Amino acid sequence: MSENGKDFDPVLVGFLCNWCSYRAADLAGMSRLGYPPNLRDIRIMCTGRMDPAWVLHALRNGADGVLILGCHPGECHYVEGNYKAIRRINLLKRTLKQLGVEDERVQLHWASASEGVQFAEIVQRATDQVRALGPLNWKRNLQDSSDLAAAAGAHLAHEGA
Amino acid sequence: MSKPKLALYWASSCGGCEIAVLAVHEEILNVAEAFDIVFWPCVMDFKVKDVEALADGEIDVCLFNGAIRNDENAHMAHLLRRKSKIMVAYGSCSSEGCIPALANFTSRDHMMQYIYHDSPSADNPYNFEPMPTWEVPEGELTLPKFWNTVKSLDQVVKVEYYLPGCPPEAKWTATLVTAAAAALAGKGELPPPGSVIGNTDTVCDECPRERNQKKIKRFYRPYELKEVDPNLCLLEQGLFCAGVATRSGCGALCPQVNMGCRGCYGPNEGVDDIGARLISGIASVLDADTDEEVNAILDTLPDPAGYFYRFSMSHSMLHRTDIGHTLQRSGDQG
Repeated sequence: MSENGKDFDPVLVGFLCNWCSYRAADLAGMSRLGYPPNLRDIRIMCTGRMDPAWVLHALRNGADGVLILGCHPGECHYVEGNYKAIRRINLLKRTLKQLGVEDERVQLHWASASEGVQFAEIVQRATDQVRALGPLNWKRNLQDSSDLAAAAGAHLAHEGA
Repeated sequence: MSKPKLALYWASSCGGCEIAVLAVHEEILNVAEAFDIVFWPCVMDFKVKDVEALADGEIDVCLFNGAIRNDENAHMAHLLRRKSKIMVAYGSCSSEGCIPALANFTSRDHMMQYIYHDSPSADNPYNFEPMPTWEVPEGELTLPKFWNTVKSLDQVVKVEYYLPGCPPEAKWTATLVTAAAAALAGKGELPPPGSVIGNTDTVCDECPRERNQKKIKRFYRPYELKEVDPNLCLLEQGLFCAGVATRSGCGALCPQVNMGCRGCYGPNEGVDDIGARLISGIASVLDADTDEEVNAILDTLPDPAGYFYRFSMSHSMLHRTDIGHTLQRSGDQG
């Protein structure tokens, strides 16, 4: 998988709520709908349980984008979990922007259990957007900097001896 | 029997930690009695060559404060690591980057440009910038190379214990030093390496303010509020407070004087990323149900990342900003 230009195939991690969006994904599959295979689905019970740290984990460990999908507002299985997600993810996105992560890399969307088509569209659109942005490469960057520091440390230790 | 040896050093720091060491008051006499202080450049006349003259591992305890942001900081960290049995990241800077690590929101080039050329107070007609080396008739002058990324001590050398806080509270300094003295005398045991010397719960647990389920319509800067209720949770009054995700141990000093917790003790036990934790905590008080409502409230909280990572930028999960571009541009250590 090349990371330059048109060949770049983004890795998206999806956090899908058990009651709506995961079933929308199931429906999209059962309906034989075509959509990009770039999304790695993780089923969570509710977007209200979505810990911002999971998004950071995903981005740090190689994801180019993160999709969080839940029930439509007002339709949460746990009444208000998705409202919690709205508050949290908006604040997370503002924070990530300051850290240099573009807005489109983390997205919060709704798809009910009957919205297989909409689910496929969301994934298609997000994949296109992240592909246009290019790779995030956070992990490689972390690796690079720590390697360089280790090399510098060895050099300094040698100098000091 | 000779006394165990103690070293104290400051790297990229403000000097507050040095004062915090003295804040143990009369306990310092016990420290002086229990330890031979072999290096403490802030207080006593020691030179680097005095440390170099020591055998490897000869220093028993080294309290290292300050972040690592240039070659000299790193050199001293490596040197003291080699000479010390127990390396303590003392204070927030060496534990997790603290204020110096806020520089990680930008790049070295950008900082140099702003500080020496663009800032309103810059008066620099010859466009001087600090150079690592410079030729003068008398020979070559050198300055330590300034890094692009500010690192915590444990990102440069192995660290046994962390003593967070900006500055650390005296009682924890005393706890550590007395425990170390006892352990070195064979009369006690030290906590497992990697431990943080402090409490495990959050500042909220120590804070006497009353918490309800109240939600807020906007955030206030402290000067924007005429009056602050002395008994009610600050967050519920619209003041940013990092107490929900910050390790306790300070006795909730700031909230008790109407100032929101700033987060200087770093995340409480078991938390990977204080920013993520604070996002959850702060988001939970927003009285909003739509993107528009949420963003209207968040517009009154400028610089959220600066609040969330004020003391922990080096240890944040995404601890580099400019992703790659910075590295390529400056072409050396991250």
